[in-house]
Amino acid sequence: MKRLALLLWLLLAWPLAAQEPLVFDSADQQARFEQLTRELRCLVCQNQSLSDSDAPLAHDLREEILAMLRAGHSDEEIKRFLVDRYGDFVLYRPPVKGNTLLLWLTPLLLLAAGAAVVGFNIRRRGALLTGEDGDSAS
Amino acid sequence: MSRTLPLTIFVLLAALLAFGLRNADTKTQLPSPLIGKAVPAFRLPALFEPQRMVAPDDFLGEPYLVNFWASWCVTCRVEHPVIEQLARSGRVKIIGLNFRDAPEDAKAWLQRFGDPYDLHISDLDGRVSIDFGVYAAPESFLVDPSGRIVFKHLGALTPDIVANEILARVDAMRAKDS
Repeated sequence: MKRLALLLWLLLAWPLAAQEPLVFDSADQQARFEQLTRELRCLVCQNQSLSDSDAPLAHDLREEILAMLRAGHSDEEIKRFLVDRYGDFVLYRPPVKGNTLLLWLTPLLLLAAGAAVVGFNIRRRGALLTGEDGDSAS
Repeated sequence: MSRTLPLTIFVLLAALLAFGLRNADTKTQLPSPLIGKAVPAFRLPALFEPQRMVAPDDFLGEPYLVNFWASWCVTCRVEHPVIEQLARSGRVKIIGLNFRDAPEDAKAWLQRFGDPYDLHISDLDGRVSIDFGVYAAPESFLVDPSGRIVFKHLGALTPDIVANEILARVDAMRAKDS
């Protein structure tokens, strides 16, 4: 019975058999590959990286990236290859330029706005506590 | 001011969300970086004559529409009547680029649904579709007589898009030539 249970648990790994594992020339190449595919967006499943996605396009792009790594291209060249074809959206970290300035600055702007509101409220409450004519609550 | 502030924030947020909802369909359609650039070079076999190789230079001199399609693409069936209508009008050459598909499946699909295209090209492994930045199906590219991509549409073509984006541009190109 225990062997059957073990077999059933092992069968859960079956889907992994459908994906041929990629073969890397070196640990460094594998590290670069993993870093790159994590930084690049899958355009079919747009909330997943190329590393995570099962889409056929992601599979093809992973193979393409590996081929480019093998051919000696730099990370920048590989990213440029993809951006030339798919646009800046394929990068999880888009370049800072005109049309992405708002994307990069909005979190900072919101933080500043929030801090301003909090600061304003603190000052207002401070003023209310000490009273308009300088008397503290008694 | 503090009484109306929550209401104001709510109204602004509602407006933002409404804007987002209205654009939900097109949000995943990315602008193509290929607009204005030369059509990517390729050399692919014709679907019905595998020994004949086709390259973009073969089409220089007149505008044409490259339609990326596949037999597994359900939306392509939805788009098909629009392509048929465009082909019937004879106003622009339509080239079918069958990608990530088996030739037998592609031929069977055309047999079943009809073949309005002027020419069929096979991109079996989808490598050329990557050069075009194709990530969905169908996708259509309008190319001008000098071989530059002037318009791209992701998803099924509609009569509106054909009239306002494709034929309008084709007419403008033809007017410039004459």
